[in-house]
Amino acid sequence: MSVDKSLKYTENHEWVKVKGEVAYVGISDHAQEELGDIVFVELPELDDEVSKGDEVVNIESVKAAAPVYAPVSGKITEVNDALEDAPETINEAPYDTFIFALELSDASELDDLMDAAAYEAFLKEEE
Amino acid sequence: MLKRTPLYDVYKQYDGVKLIDFGGWELPVQFETGIIAEHMAVRKNAGLFDVSHMGEIMVEGPRAVEFVDYLVTNDISKMNDGKCLYALMCRPDGGVVDDLMIYRLSAEKILIVANAANVEKDFVWISSANPWMQRESDKPKVSNQSDRYAQIAFQGPKANDYFTELFGPVVDEITFFRFRTDIPVAGKSCIISRTGYTGEDGFEIYCNADDAADIWTFILDKTKERGVLPCGLGARDTLRFEAKLPLYGHELSDTISPLEANLSFFVKFDKHSDFCGKSALLKQKEKGIPRSLRGCEMVDKGVPREGYKVFLGDREIGYVTSGTKSPMLDSFLGLVLIERGIGLEIGDEIEIEIGKKKKRARLAKTPFYKNTGKK
Repeated sequence: MSVDKSLKYTENHEWVKVKGEVAYVGISDHAQEELGDIVFVELPELDDEVSKGDEVVNIESVKAAAPVYAPVSGKITEVNDALEDAPETINEAPYDTFIFALELSDASELDDLMDAAAYEAFLKEEE
Repeated sequence: MLKRTPLYDVYKQYDGVKLIDFGGWELPVQFETGIIAEHMAVRKNAGLFDVSHMGEIMVEGPRAVEFVDYLVTNDISKMNDGKCLYALMCRPDGGVVDDLMIYRLSAEKILIVANAANVEKDFVWISSANPWMQRESDKPKVSNQSDRYAQIAFQGPKANDYFTELFGPVVDEITFFRFRTDIPVAGKSCIISRTGYTGEDGFEIYCNADDAADIWTFILDKTKERGVLPCGLGARDTLRFEAKLPLYGHELSDTISPLEANLSFFVKFDKHSDFCGKSALLKQKEKGIPRSLRGCEMVDKGVPREGYKVFLGDREIGYVTSGTKSPMLDSFLGLVLIERGIGLEIGDEIEIEIGKKKKRARLAKTPFYKNTGKK
């Protein structure tokens, strides 16, 4: 199980990578491992306005369905369409596979995210 | 505190094993390679399952056969020694107490294999609460021997080859739904039956709890180099689902009759003796069976999960009992319990409410997957 040092994390196991005004969002290695074989990703619509904490994606593994929440508020500007045909990419390369990207509406929300060290500590606590 | 099987310490040692609470039991949902790899191993090669959580209830006495025949819907009177039979155990109202495997050890000794989550309920029903126990004086002895037995399933198209190699050609003589008690497995005395819950050829081994770890290790050590995998409950569920084998609590329950679950083949109205639930089920058959268990394949993408509502146009006609993405067929499939007699045929479109959206599905032929190579 790995934690990418360059990313920020939420308590719901999303990772966030900020490029300018846009935040790319995926799920952590821990999350994909917990979910098991991912078979389907229900992607959000482009231009949807979402608030921090909203359920925006549904990930289905063989075992169960799991929601992905918006780590910050904003407008969906990009979705990873390739996941429609190859959802297992998330299992194979969780940190190289973003699920959606959003344009930040309140950059200060980024301060609430954990850095890699804090996320690692959080994972230890959860165990 | 969750219950553990005699194999707990063995599989706990595997890297990547994931344990879950399954009806009060701490059991592996998957091992390192994951559910899809385990599923495919069982379809193409073979896999080993710990199913020791299943319950074993022994019925003994001169009237054992007659007694079990009253308890279940299938015809026990026609069984010979060494035969297994699938049967439903119903209440007087036709609701299902449990679905069972019945083993006839002798004319006076019947082994009933029950679902893990139902063992206590079944034992009370069988040993005291059913109508036969209220009225008959010559009662058989009923004992819950679940703690004594471990159960290991070895399933897959290559299962017979491996077992013949390991335990001798005599294994090959066990035909489908029969069992033997005279073949030692890893030197241990046990029951080997040619049954299973995956839709593949395979065996189930009942052994003393103390012998389970040796047997498990022996089989896996001898076969793992040929790709045999230890498998968890996740693969067991996707495998049984593809083969449309019902799972209690999903396709069967206190409120779903065997006729609604399309299991009328296992309900022998014409057997010579009465059975519990017969009059209620007959009445249901005459009046019209309200619901039907059908299979469907998603047209739109999405996983139909248990409890999701099923629609025909604007009308709600039922719900999903089980659903998953089929690893073998690579499509999203569901079992749905829907109103009977509305003229829906294979290929007809229905809708399933997944999240906030209604998604299209088509009724599909079941079982979704069928292995024709059974013994």
